[in-house]
Amino acid sequence: MGERIRGIVLWSVSIAVLAFLVLPLLVIVPISFSSASFLSLPIPGVSLQWYETLLTSPAWGRAILNSLIVGVIATSIAVVLGTLAAVGLHRSAFRGKALLMGVLISPMIVPIVIVALGSYFFYAPLGLSSSLLGLGLAHAALGAPFVLITVGATLTGFDANLARAAASLGAPPLTVFRRVTLPVIAPGVISGALFAFVTSFDEVVVALFLTGPLQRTLPRQMFDGIRENISPTILAAATLLIVFAVALLLTAELLRRRSERLRGIT
Amino acid sequence: MAADETRDLRAALRRTERRRTLRGLGLTLPLILFTLVFFLLPIAGMLVKSVQNGPMPDILPQTSALLQPWRASDARDLPDEAAFAALAGELRAASQNRTLPELATRLNFENAGYRSLLMATARRLPEAPAGSWRDTLVGLNPQWGELAIWAALGRASTRLTDGYLLAALDHRRDDNDHIQATDPNRAVYVASLLRTLEISAIVTLICLVLAYPLAYRLATLPESTANLMMILVLLPFWTSLLVRTASWLVILQREGPINQTLQWLGLIDQPLELVFNRPGVIIAMTHVLLPFMVLPIYSVMKGIPSNYMRAATSLGAPFLTAFRRVYFPLSLPGVTAGCLLVFILAIGYYITPLLIGGANDQMVSSLIAFLTLQTLNWGLAAALGAVLLVITVALYFVYTRVVGTDGMKLG
Repeated sequence: MGERIRGIVLWSVSIAVLAFLVLPLLVIVPISFSSASFLSLPIPGVSLQWYETLLTSPAWGRAILNSLIVGVIATSIAVVLGTLAAVGLHRSAFRGKALLMGVLISPMIVPIVIVALGSYFFYAPLGLSSSLLGLGLAHAALGAPFVLITVGATLTGFDANLARAAASLGAPPLTVFRRVTLPVIAPGVISGALFAFVTSFDEVVVALFLTGPLQRTLPRQMFDGIRENISPTILAAATLLIVFAVALLLTAELLRRRSERLRGIT
Repeated sequence: MAADETRDLRAALRRTERRRTLRGLGLTLPLILFTLVFFLLPIAGMLVKSVQNGPMPDILPQTSALLQPWRASDARDLPDEAAFAALAGELRAASQNRTLPELATRLNFENAGYRSLLMATARRLPEAPAGSWRDTLVGLNPQWGELAIWAALGRASTRLTDGYLLAALDHRRDDNDHIQATDPNRAVYVASLLRTLEISAIVTLICLVLAYPLAYRLATLPESTANLMMILVLLPFWTSLLVRTASWLVILQREGPINQTLQWLGLIDQPLELVFNRPGVIIAMTHVLLPFMVLPIYSVMKGIPSNYMRAATSLGAPFLTAFRRVYFPLSLPGVTAGCLLVFILAIGYYITPLLIGGANDQMVSSLIAFLTLQTLNWGLAAALGAVLLVITVALYFVYTRVVGTDGMKLG
């Protein structure tokens, strides 16, 4: 097989796989602007009616608000605890560190239905089921590992001498953290926050187990909609979420590059 | 430098290091505690639920106690009069303080007719026995003279039980408390576990086949082009799972773009059934999990120096030989990491199979949710959860051994 042919085959396969990844997301965008209520292409005419339904419906409004509240609770807790832990673990060397790390990261891999079931039993006696706070706490546990990992990644390659220099010049530990460590790990903190927020904003299984009608979140609303009767309104919501995802992805990507530049990796 | 001075210095260094570690652990403590309370404790609670038997020892304490020696005996016949009398008395008490429905729910899991049996008996129970309590109860309902009914009561009479775990593995204890396979018509749980593993394995394999060439292409491109293409890989990763599931429902439906295109090309006359069946689940799950395969393989391939391949080919190896003997072995750590990660994530899938699959494509997670939210059989749900957790933790352990937790990278 000649090198040219090999290159062509490799490119075609790669482009096909990329198309498989991206095209499905793009199919629903035009349908969400359809003037008809059936879900197929080509659309008979352009209309914003589904967006109007979406944005004026109290149920969807409530769901978006609930999701934002839960996301903010979860992200704040995850970012604070995750950042502290990443800095702490970076500093210390002890036996069992890998095990501890494995346990702290495990929320990322334990099947979500197990977390949901456990929380379902655990939160009821605490009065935390059917509350946005309860859902936020459960989501914080799911999001913290992302912060731990992203902040941990920005710390590898962090020159500890910088902090030592600041300390030797008389800066108290808190000032060292604020003026030296934090600026270096900031991209990791922010992208960890984005991951934690998306984890919460997208999470539906725990929400199914823990929420009543009043705490219905956006994914839960979409889930019920898809289950009952998938309508263009849902595709309008999905389109907005894709735009949101693109914005988050670009932010995270910019942060990653900035962080690599700051640490002199590239 | 004198020897003891060196020793002092070493001791001082160790002290400093220990202090640093302690301070570091102090910073980690909040997350440890939070994970413990809001993640590990709920899971531990679920595990406890999977062996907790239910309320009978509290609602019928005397009957429960009397049934223990009876259960231990080998030759099983109906229990003696004392047990019948205790049951009659405690049933009346339970009926008065309204704990009977709770008991009925538990016993109904053992034997589907138990609820009506208990309710009817309690309603018509006389103050005093006509003759013996045994004759009275059997007179009220002949079922009280059946060994099966008492064996079910016996199984519910202890604090802890292996019944749910056995049921999750399609086994049960028969009327003599011997472990037996569940009647094949009702044995659904092992089948669903196997189905879960099978779907996950297929999805992992397809992800690998699709991800490997893409990762290779990305790794051999200039960094800037690769980064640009990487954004396309990451886009689905950042997009809501429900959005992706909704798109697949639209794409795979009878009037969807795939069927339209195939019909337009004249390849098919009738639209294909692509949704609410196995192929739909596998396609959608592959789409969702593919980035998790591309990322680890790509990051390993990026670290393989390109001159290794060049050296092999310049020494006369054909491309495929060089690839098979040099490049592929070097990329294996990424392949292992990706396969384990995708498989671990796949076995916990719930939403995608639920929305895109049919009745025969449901994975274990769906059954757990169904048992919890619909039939309220929490013990069995917890037991199935425990089985799923054991499989996941075992695979995760292998993952941390092979890849290490540092191997978890995002983006």
